[in-house]
Amino acid sequence: MKKVFLICLAASIMITANAQNEKFIAAIKTNIAAMDTAFKNPASFLTLTNNFERIGNAEKTQWLPYYYAALCQVNYGFMIGDMSKLDAIADRAEMYLNKADSLMPKNSEISCIRSLIATERMIVNPMQRYAEYGPVIKLNLETAKLEDANNPRPYYIEGENLKNTPENFGGGCAAAAELLKKAKEKFTTFKPASEISPNWGENRTNELIKECNL
Amino acid sequence: MRFFLYLSICFMPFSLLAQVQITGKVTDNRGKPLTGASISLKDTYDGATTDSLGNFTFTSNEKGDHIVEATLIGYSTYTKSIVLNKNIVLSIQLKELITELNAITLTAGSFEASDKKKGAVLSALDIVTTASAEGDITGALKSLPGTQQVGEEGGLFVRGGTATESKIYIDGNLVNNFFYSSIPGIASRGRFNPFLFKGTIFSSGGYSALYGQALSSALILETTDLPDKTQASLGFSVIGLNSGIQKLAKNKKSSWGITYNFTHLGLAFAVIKQKQDYFKTPVYHEGDANFRIKTKNGGMIKYFGYWSTGKVGFRTNDIDSVNLNDAFRLQDLNTYQNLTWKLNAGNGWKITPGISFSTDKQNISNELQDKNDVLQTFTNPAGYNFKNFQVHTKNYYGQARILIEKRLKGMNMIRFGSDYFITHENLHYISLDSAAFEQTIHEKLYAAFAETDLYLSPRLALKLGSRAEHSAILNKWNLAPRLSLAYRIKNNSQASFAYGIFYQTPESQYQPATPGIGYAQATHYILQYQRSANGKIFRTEIFYKKYNHLYKTATTNFQTNYADNNKGTGYAQGLELFWRDKTTVKNLDYWISYSYLDTKRNFLNFPYTMQPNFAATHTASLIVKKFFLPWKTGLNLSYNFASGRPYYNLKYDYGQQKNIVEDAGTTINYNNVGLGVNYLPNLGKSNKKAFIVWVLSVSNVLGQKQVYTYKYGTINNNKEAVGPTAKRFVFIGCFLSFGVDRTEDAINNHL
Repeated sequence: MKKVFLICLAASIMITANAQNEKFIAAIKTNIAAMDTAFKNPASFLTLTNNFERIGNAEKTQWLPYYYAALCQVNYGFMIGDMSKLDAIADRAEMYLNKADSLMPKNSEISCIRSLIATERMIVNPMQRYAEYGPVIKLNLETAKLEDANNPRPYYIEGENLKNTPENFGGGCAAAAELLKKAKEKFTTFKPASEISPNWGENRTNELIKECNL
Repeated sequence: MRFFLYLSICFMPFSLLAQVQITGKVTDNRGKPLTGASISLKDTYDGATTDSLGNFTFTSNEKGDHIVEATLIGYSTYTKSIVLNKNIVLSIQLKELITELNAITLTAGSFEASDKKKGAVLSALDIVTTASAEGDITGALKSLPGTQQVGEEGGLFVRGGTATESKIYIDGNLVNNFFYSSIPGIASRGRFNPFLFKGTIFSSGGYSALYGQALSSALILETTDLPDKTQASLGFSVIGLNSGIQKLAKNKKSSWGITYNFTHLGLAFAVIKQKQDYFKTPVYHEGDANFRIKTKNGGMIKYFGYWSTGKVGFRTNDIDSVNLNDAFRLQDLNTYQNLTWKLNAGNGWKITPGISFSTDKQNISNELQDKNDVLQTFTNPAGYNFKNFQVHTKNYYGQARILIEKRLKGMNMIRFGSDYFITHENLHYISLDSAAFEQTIHEKLYAAFAETDLYLSPRLALKLGSRAEHSAILNKWNLAPRLSLAYRIKNNSQASFAYGIFYQTPESQYQPATPGIGYAQATHYILQYQRSANGKIFRTEIFYKKYNHLYKTATTNFQTNYADNNKGTGYAQGLELFWRDKTTVKNLDYWISYSYLDTKRNFLNFPYTMQPNFAATHTASLIVKKFFLPWKTGLNLSYNFASGRPYYNLKYDYGQQKNIVEDAGTTINYNNVGLGVNYLPNLGKSNKKAFIVWVLSVSNVLGQKQVYTYKYGTINNNKEAVGPTAKRFVFIGCFLSFGVDRTEDAINNHL
């Protein structure tokens, strides 16, 4: 009888552990899915940031919740259009990203978000801040490429940055064409490590390519 | 059977499916709902985010003891233990934290130009791109409210104060000869290149207890830190050449730099006819050097050194006679050294010792000459004998300073420290008839200061300070209280107030003063309202200044003046407006400032209380900057206006034994339209090795008649207008920099 109980207990723990993992994956998946519609309402990115943060705090050893919390926070910043709030938002995104980084060091995806955070700080006052953050944006994208040569996102982000730079300053569609094409090519072969691993940017890359008539 | 029972227990989830609902509202301590706050059931996924009304609701399958946490950036975290056995309603209050991001800034009386600081009204680049500034820091400040458009002499005339009532500091240390040596009838420019400084605070009154000996105003400049990259620069223009290098160490922990500047006005004066007849073309050699070393815990050692020598000589018509000229000659040598060390002692303590040393030597001579440039010596009528003279000055200034800062809880700070100034000024006067006198002034001024920044809430801040000084010459102490406070009315608007007492010793030209004389004194009251949002700033200030114990002068046998007593009085009051808009029109940035000033004084040789000749009642400026991307060209326009200023012929009447106003009047209004054009041909070509900027600047574009004031003969009471030395000045220059791709700066300057 004792034996049966022990077997039951072991099975139960295993099932619970598995259930826990399933619950984690399901929670991440639900929130990732919600990100697609969040672009309609910036405030929902704040909700998603908080959701991911709670998952991260509860799990303690998973880097992805913090990674997504940082990403949602960055997106929130890009969407609200209130420059006076961007520094605080970037600070918060950086806080999550540092947590993700301590759990998963030297990750290409994390370097991508670092460059986005620098972009956000820069656009608060490009005139005064470019000298400081321009090199940080560049450095993190180059680092991201080195950390994972197959990751399409550093190419996509760099392409979008360049597309948004005025033509007079060496930006524009023509200048960004090569990078966007390279990003598209890498997206076609890119396989995310798991179903909840970062896998965004392909649609936007295609949109940019369309906008530029490439 | 039993087995199945066990099995069913085994597979029953640990959490039971009975859900509880947790709802509530999050507000700040004044009951205002907080949006975006995160509510979480600690160590679970469960939680919610507050909506626009501060409400939240979520359900949980958890049971038993748990902790609820509410967090929001800028607020303290809320935690509460709860037992999950029934639905729970929470009313949560979060306390706002005082951080650099939300704390109010003390702004009464001061304009800040900085790229980093919150509350800065201008950026470092603004100083350079203001058309009427012509590359001079103080020129740019003349487009802000509170300053006068005085053209007949250098310096900052602020809110009814003289130029000597404004003091200038670099990295906390006083600069005694910020402006080039003064030349009769010509406004001397500031010596230092605006690119040397990353931060500028211009206080038109009510400034901090860290600074003293200025009745009107303090200009506080902070030198740049390490450069981003090693770079070299080269420039040539119609007035000279310059070159420099800034070298950053490989480990990016230290840097050094030197620059050399050669100015020769021969070419410019050949094209642009000057009023004066130059027999010695102005030629200047200048050099500066710096090093910066990062020390541990974010400390920094900074050195800045400057050296300059120049010669100039010109003839002007002597005001007392038609047939005679004054031949004026000046040769000078000026040096300035400044060393500071900012060190973090840990635990919120920061200690900044600093020393500075400067020298200024001038050899000045004036000769009365006939139209054939032959020396003329008259002693009759009396007065001509004073027109042939030589003056040799040798001035040395030293300063030691220590500033100790301690960061307390929140943003609160205390600062205290001490200043020690040594002044040694030697003047040797020789007149043609060999009458000579020599005088040496030796002054030691000791000051101790303390101030505290108190943030009573994120919306209310207070700066309380006090400064005590002892001057060896006066052998007296003074105690100057200072107060500044700011209150945020709404998110984007704030009201500020500043009060302070300011003291000053007699200027060296009025020394030696009568023994027993005390300090001149000014009391400032400033009330400000400021509103800023979306790249627009509106600010208005009213002020009242009371002057007590201003110096009254008497004349020596050598026709020089000395401070006889300090029974002078006066006042200044006014209204100032400032509006800047960077966003309404894309790529267009403009600001407007207006100052109304009502001031009267009885000081120096004034016979009674009257409006000083350096104070215009109405002053206004319009500065416009626009960048044309397709042409890679920036266009800067400025318009400065000042209503006519009074002028006086003040004489000592020997019969009545007192000063009288022999003649008086008001000048015409002053108008000056300035234009600046910057062309950046390599803009956007990121692979170019050199970055090039072409600069064109024109003063008084419309050629309007400008009269600063009138001067009078000392013998014949002849009257002569003092205006610019040429109707208009045109500057063309080309500046190249290598090493750093400035294109990227430029791109983003104008995105």
